[in-house]
Parts: sequence; structure tokens; C-alpha cells
Amino acid sequence: MDFSLTEEQKIILENVRRFVREEILPLEEKLDPDATQVGPQDQERLVSKVKDMGLYGLGIPPEFGGPEIDTVTHSLIAMETSQHRAGLYAPCYGAFGGAGLAQLFEASAAQKEKYLFPTLRGEKRGFFALTEPSGGSDPARAIQTRAVREGDDWILNGAKIFISGADKADYGIVFARTAPEKGRNGITCFIVERDMPGFHVRRVVHTLRSAHYATELQFEDVRVPHDNVLGEVNQGFAVANDRLSRQRIPYAAGCLGAAIRAQEMSIDYVKLRETFGAPLATRQSVQWMIVDNEIDIRTARWAVLDAAQKADAGEPFRTEAAMAKLLASEGAGRVVDRAIQMHGGYGVTKDLPLERWYRELRIRRIGEGPSEVQRLVMARDLIGQSLH
Amino acid sequence: MSIRLEKHWKPLTLDEVDLLGRELGVYQIADEDGVVQKIGYAGGKSLFGLKSALEKEFHIREGRPHQFRCEVTMQYMSRYEELLMIHQADHHSLPPENEEDRPARLGALNPA
Ligand SMILES: Cc1cc2nc3c(=O)[nH]c(=O)nc-3n(C[C@H](O)[C@H](O)[C@H](O)COP(=O)(O)OP(=O)(O)OC[C@H]3O[C@@H](n4cnc5c(N)ncnc54)[C@H](O)[C@@H]3O)c2cc1C
Repeated sequence: MDFSLTEEQKIILENVRRFVREEILPLEEKLDPDATQVGPQDQERLVSKVKDMGLYGLGIPPEFGGPEIDTVTHSLIAMETSQHRAGLYAPCYGAFGGAGLAQLFEASAAQKEKYLFPTLRGEKRGFFALTEPSGGSDPARAIQTRAVREGDDWILNGAKIFISGADKADYGIVFARTAPEKGRNGITCFIVERDMPGFHVRRVVHTLRSAHYATELQFEDVRVPHDNVLGEVNQGFAVANDRLSRQRIPYAAGCLGAAIRAQEMSIDYVKLRETFGAPLATRQSVQWMIVDNEIDIRTARWAVLDAAQKADAGEPFRTEAAMAKLLASEGAGRVVDRAIQMHGGYGVTKDLPLERWYRELRIRRIGEGPSEVQRLVMARDLIGQSLH
Repeated sequence: MSIRLEKHWKPLTLDEVDLLGRELGVYQIADEDGVVQKIGYAGGKSLFGLKSALEKEFHIREGRPHQFRCEVTMQYMSRYEELLMIHQADHHSLPPENEEDRPARLGALNPA
């Protein structure tokens, strides 16, 4: 494994790092510590700078207008763009553009025209609704939302919970049970528009990620045209599987950005802060926290880059992506926890970004598949498919 | 738990505001008839949380009687947006003072 950077990668990362330090950090100084948005003028300026760097639309496949960036480079960029207070869930306040929902890249031509392309142009927004009150780790068994065929339409009834951004979206991808007797092979993926009668965003679900909330949805006899079935009927889980696993790698890398910055802050701080007549940096217990942080960061970084390299080389990478997600989300959580310890009382104040990273990293161990489910995915690959 | 802010209104006076804690949270300001004029929050940058945010509201409106109610919450940002969306759903508009300063992207709720 060779993880040395190419000249091009070095230049890209240098530019992104400068962008975060010179454009994002000063802007953030003026914002509320829980903010996820900047004003329209700032947003426009940031987007135009990212476009100048040639990196707008990161995550969008090049055939759909995104930059020619492989998964390794995308992951390295994600480690930079999350190095600010809002960086975990609003990296650079969206200046790199939205990649859209992975499933839509495999939609029909008409669906792409109606939903994907306007989303890529920034004119429409989508949400992803899989999780239900009955559970999210094992959706194949938990999904209770039903869709029943009626002529050229499907009638949807049910509820979804923890759905990010549904209140601000124009449409969403909704998984519903269409053949109850077929288990996993009886779930269909639908594109539901928020204006369809019977679709309700009932409430905000307040979480540790206070600024970027989730919502609870209800479907009451929502009539969805058959043309809005995404992929095949009863094959909802087959849509974009490979793309979704691939997305998990930069997602893992994003956790590391916060950890890397927390480690830098800690190293600076322990050299300056004195107790009992000497800098904290001279205490072995503090040195070990710094070392343990570095071990967590480097281990996760290698796992992320290993997964990314395999994905780019066209090799199987499901186990590697699961391992990267698990190591990065758990390792970054430990790093920020130690960083807070070294910063003492300041660590838990809203004066520093550490408390926000601490809260939001906790969600990273659950969202996109909890750690236990990542272990299950790896065990399936290692031991065999028959595991439950 | 109701998602609407349904506490009793209190007069917006310095004496009442002085009784508040220094916590972060959200608040509503209404005119004498109880018509909501503004939804606001005391966030991580406020000096003394709800107390200083509401003192500021008092001084802006000095001479014109108003009422307020508030809720202490660390999730002030999502609660603030939620209250704006509920108001919009109930009244088909934002409170007059929020119309001038809308969040860049406000969602839409359809509470039961
Ligand atoms: C802030 C936030 C935003 C979210 N956004 C979205 C979204 O936009 N769209 C969406 O569809 N979902 C979203 N989710 C839901 C998220 O994907 C689920 O919370 C997650 O998949 C876990 O599902 P659950 O909460 O129902 O937990 P359950 O499935 O009930 O599991 C509970 C816990 O049990 C453990 N567990 C599960 N299975 C096993 C096992 N086999 N062995 C051992 N332990 C196990 C895990 O620790 C898990 O955390 C979001 C969640 C949060 C918190």
C-alpha cells in the first residue's frame, strides 16, 4: 500500500486547506456556535471560490458534471473540509455543492430530468427516508410503511423518523413494503414529492446535532404515480448499493477532519497551559493522550485510504468501507473526548468547537449504520453470507 | 409534549426579565393582545443567555407594552426554526419582525 500523495493531490489539498483557514474560519467567528448556514452573499462568494478551484460538485460523478476526482482524493478533501466548527454536518457550509442522492444517478431518464438534474443545479433538494419508528439498523424487517398498487398509482401509508432535511426538501426517496410475504425482496423505492396530498412533515426531532435537525414524516394515502418507482418494484435495496458503500468512505474521512483539528488545537494548548509550575505538555499522562490521539487518527486514516484505494481499483471494498466508518467515527470520538480533557473547562464551552464536535461525533457512531451493524457487515464478508 | 410554546405570557419589563436564569433558549414576544410579533433565541454568543436577549428586546420596544414567554433549551437553534415553522403553518406567515430577517432556508412543517 502506497499512501503517498501525488503532486496534484498536494496542490488540491493545499488549496482546500487555505480555503478553510482563510475563508471559513473567520466567517465562523461571527456566527452562532450552532449555526449551519451562512448568509446568501457569503454563500455565493464561497461557492464561486470553490468553482475557481475546480472542485464544485464534489461527490457528483464526472459523467454528471462533477470534478474528475477519485475516491482517495475525495476522502483526503473531506478530511480538510470538516476542519471547522460546523464541519461534520455542514462542511464549508455547503460551498462544495451537494452530490444529490446516490440512488438518483441510477434513475430513469425521465426521473433524472425531473429530479436529479435540478438537484445538481441547486434548484431542488431531496431527502432519504429509510428509517421508521420500528427501526433503522435492519430496515428489511423493520419497514412497516406500505405501498399498494391502484391502477397507475401506488398508495403509501406509514411513518418515517429521523429523516434529515425533509422539511426543506422538494422530494424524497422513500422505501415502502410492496410485497409483505417476500421480506427483503418486497421493498420498493419511491420518489415522493412533498406537495403530494397526504405527505406530512409532522415535527422536528431534536438531537445532539441541534443545528441540523431530523424530522418525523407521516404518509396518509399518498398517491404516487408508478413512474416514480425508482429501480425495480420489490428491489428497493438493490438501487445504488455500490454507490452508497462508496459514499461511506468520504463520510468516514469527514469524522477525521474534526479529530485532526482537535489534535492540533490540543498540541498548541498543552505547550502553553501551565499547572503546578510546568506546561501540561511535560506531563506523561498528557503526552500519552496526544499519542493515543495520533494512534486513533493514523489508524483510521489508513483504513479510510485503504478502502478508497480498493474502491478506485475496482476491487471489493465493502468490508474496508465498514471498517473505515467504524474506526473513524469511534476513533474521532475518542480524540475529541481527550482534547476536551486537555482543554479543561474551556473544552466544554461554546467558545471552542470541541463541544460541538463531541456532540455531533456521537451521532456518527449511529447514523449511516451503527458500529454494531458495520461489524455485522464485516462478519458477513469474513465468515459467510448466512449470518443474521 | 406539545411542540408549540404554550406557557403563560409575562409582561416584558426589566423586573420580570431580571427573574430569568442565564440559560440559553428560545422566546416569543407578543403585543398586548397576545399576537406574536417575534420569535427569537438566546444562543451561544449571548452574554447572559435569555436574560440579556430579553433585556435587549425590552430596550428596543421601550415605552410600548409587550409580553414574552420563553423556554430554556440547549437545542435553541433547531427549536427556533421549529417555532418559526409552526407559526408559519398556523398563520400562513411568519411573525412580522421575523419576516424582515428570515433564515436563509426555512423548512415547512405540517404539525398534526
Ligand atoms: C441525527 C440523525 C439523522 C438521521 N438521518 C436519517 C435520514 O436522513 N434518513 C434515514 O433513513 N435515517 C436517518 N437516521 C436514522 C439512522 O440511520 C438510524 O438511527 C440508524 O440506522 C439506527 O437505527 P435505529 O435508531 O432505529 O436503531 P435500532 O435499529 O433500533 O438499533 C438500536 C441499537 O442497537 C444496536 N444494534 C442494532 N443491530 C444490532 C446487532 N445486529 N447486533 C448488536 N447490536 C445491534 C446498535 O447499537 C443500534 O444503535 C438518522 C439518525 C439520526 C440520529
